Amino acid sequence: MIDPARGVDAVQDVLLRGGHVVATADRPLAADGAREVDVSGLWVCPGFIDLHVHLREPGDEGKETVLSGTRAAVAGGYTAVVAMPNTRPPNDSALVTRLVQERAAAAHLARVWPAGAISKGLAGEEMAELGELAAAGCVCFTDDGRPVMNAGLMRRVLQYARALGRPVMVHEEDLTLSAGGALTEGTQATRLGLLPIPRSAEVSMVARDLVLLEEVGGQLHVAHVSCAESVRLLREAKARGLRVTAEATPHHFTLTDAAVAEWNTDAKMTPPLRGPADVAAVRQGLADGTLDAIATDHAPHGILDKQMPFAEAANGVVGLETALPLTLALVRAGVLSAVRAVQLLSSGPAAAFGLPGGQLLPGGPADVTVVDPAAEWTVEPQHFHSRSRNTPFAGMRMVGRVVHTFVGGRPVFFEGALQKEETA
Amino acid sequence: MKPRARHSLLTTEGMPRAEVESLFARARLHARGLESGRSVRALEGKVVANLFFEASTRTRLSFERAAKALGADVLNFTAQASSVVKGETLMDTVRNVEAMGVSALVIRHAASGAAHLAARHVRCAVVNAGDGTHAHPSQALLDAFTLHERWGSLEGRTVAILGDVLHSRVARSNLFCLTTLGAHVVFTGPPTLMPAGLEEMGGRLAPSLEAALAEADAVMVLRVQGERQTAGYVPSVREYARLYGLTAERAARLRPGAVVMHPGPVNRGVELAPEVADGPANVILAQVSHGVAVRMAILEACA
Repeated sequence: MIDPARGVDAVQDVLLRGGHVVATADRPLAADGAREVDVSGLWVCPGFIDLHVHLREPGDEGKETVLSGTRAAVAGGYTAVVAMPNTRPPNDSALVTRLVQERAAAAHLARVWPAGAISKGLAGEEMAELGELAAAGCVCFTDDGRPVMNAGLMRRVLQYARALGRPVMVHEEDLTLSAGGALTEGTQATRLGLLPIPRSAEVSMVARDLVLLEEVGGQLHVAHVSCAESVRLLREAKARGLRVTAEATPHHFTLTDAAVAEWNTDAKMTPPLRGPADVAAVRQGLADGTLDAIATDHAPHGILDKQMPFAEAANGVVGLETALPLTLALVRAGVLSAVRAVQLLSSGPAAAFGLPGGQLLPGGPADVTVVDPAAEWTVEPQHFHSRSRNTPFAGMRMVGRVVHTFVGGRPVFFEGALQKEETA
Repeated sequence: MKPRARHSLLTTEGMPRAEVESLFARARLHARGLESGRSVRALEGKVVANLFFEASTRTRLSFERAAKALGADVLNFTAQASSVVKGETLMDTVRNVEAMGVSALVIRHAASGAAHLAARHVRCAVVNAGDGTHAHPSQALLDAFTLHERWGSLEGRTVAILGDVLHSRVARSNLFCLTTLGAHVVFTGPPTLMPAGLEEMGGRLAPSLEAALAEADAVMVLRVQGERQTAGYVPSVREYARLYGLTAERAARLRPGAVVMHPGPVNRGVELAPEVADGPANVILAQVSHGVAVRMAILEACA
């Protein structure tokens, strides 16, 4: 069992009942009528939590639905996901929040925590009804996919969200710097004839928001950190005691802009893949605690959105079903300890957003992910549970695979397969 | 996905020197044939399709002239560039045209990578006639051929490329082609229009326009794409002309025998002063006539 929040890295039993963890112990646990699952040799972890997932429902059900997205989630070991609000219509009202919650309840797989919009219609102009969204169950506010270009709005949202006890999650991109760009500034963009996105597009916005945070308080969460300079700014801000959290994606800590090769649109996303120094800095940030969570920014797109010239192709990659082995690759590379890796997938994100779970504490939710850290497999997108196939990792050998996923004590994914609904 | 056609010409990057030189040998033959009116009818009975998704007059005419001189039948497709041409339209079009029994598709498109994308979905040859700001290999080959015919060899020569390098497919393709042939390439122009990584791609940034001109055996003047692409990068076309235009005074300080090139069409009085464009150093019309011969060699090798 690896339970970072409680400092456990030992051979232990865990007993689940009624949707909760009842007990953990380093001796055999037994209970009348309990079903025993032998997981010796495997890692028993708190259920993984993804702070950054696009489920596309309502509006783009051809790319993903709450059902297909949560299937992909549990197959990837995720017992809870935060659903981004850039749907059609966007989640800027309790009506949409409730629709997502209803679909999640019907799917009955991973827990779905909706994120509410910062601005009405994600237009970046007027504040959405954050109080109503919070009351309806939104766990954070974000215009993700778009930055909050208006600094005045950003400042007021930090103030307002603070009173609601919710973090403000930001997609940092100064659109005047990234305008027209398709790939990070550098040799690769130049040789492919793609207009560059300079690092300053991200870094300057991180700097701006840290200044606003220091001035008005609240909690800032920086999504998909991709630049070395952003990591440095976040490290300094944390050292000064600012309430900031941040996440990095598997693609940003694994790949550089070289992965774009000859216009591979499955390696196109925003922020774009950066250079080797950025990848190294993001990895260091994950290791030293500057970054709090690994989040996938799971962004499903159909073939028609991707099979076009690079600059016109849609941004984003799917990530739920490949995050675990890519994280474990950092363990094998000596960047992260096993405990830190599991922490970045579970208790780290839980703590960042104040979500339940993330640890196997008696009385807490029985959300458990069982991992075979040595299982080898090849990424075959056609076998994804997600409705979309847009991954830059197609055909790659992976080490580490999810064996079982329990949500509220129910084995929703068991022995590597989705389970039919069963009564608890 | 079908395998990429073996004889496509998509970029000059990575093109072996021997391949460039054998194209030049054929182009020399075709140039003589054009002069004498007796061309090699190498593509008799074959069909070449010109698919121009972006407006172009001279490149299309040049390819058409080249294909017809080789005896090929030519299909012309021109899409209006007024609306953004979506990728599915591009792929539908190339597949449809290929199904008509075409040996080679000559493609011009406003998006970087469009020719590669097309080549991944057809079996016939694809000749990139310019894709976005990525590549324009036939232009680079005809530029290098023009210099090669003049000098005998490009080895050790210095070519200055002047202007909006950021948005220039001609600059990129020339960099790769010229360095393959042993020339040095030095870039100069407004700093806002110099993309990152030119040194890693084999070029050099000149400390100033004057320094670049002083060492150049040839100056390749890039076209200013009007207000559209330069907007925001330079204050005005007027100031561009004043600071970066190849004026008569600047041209007078070129090395003796240095030549002035331009991919055309020239904005007279902007990037190139009229007296320089028509002056003794210019080889612009030689570029145009060599263009037909080089494109004949390309089509002959591909179709």
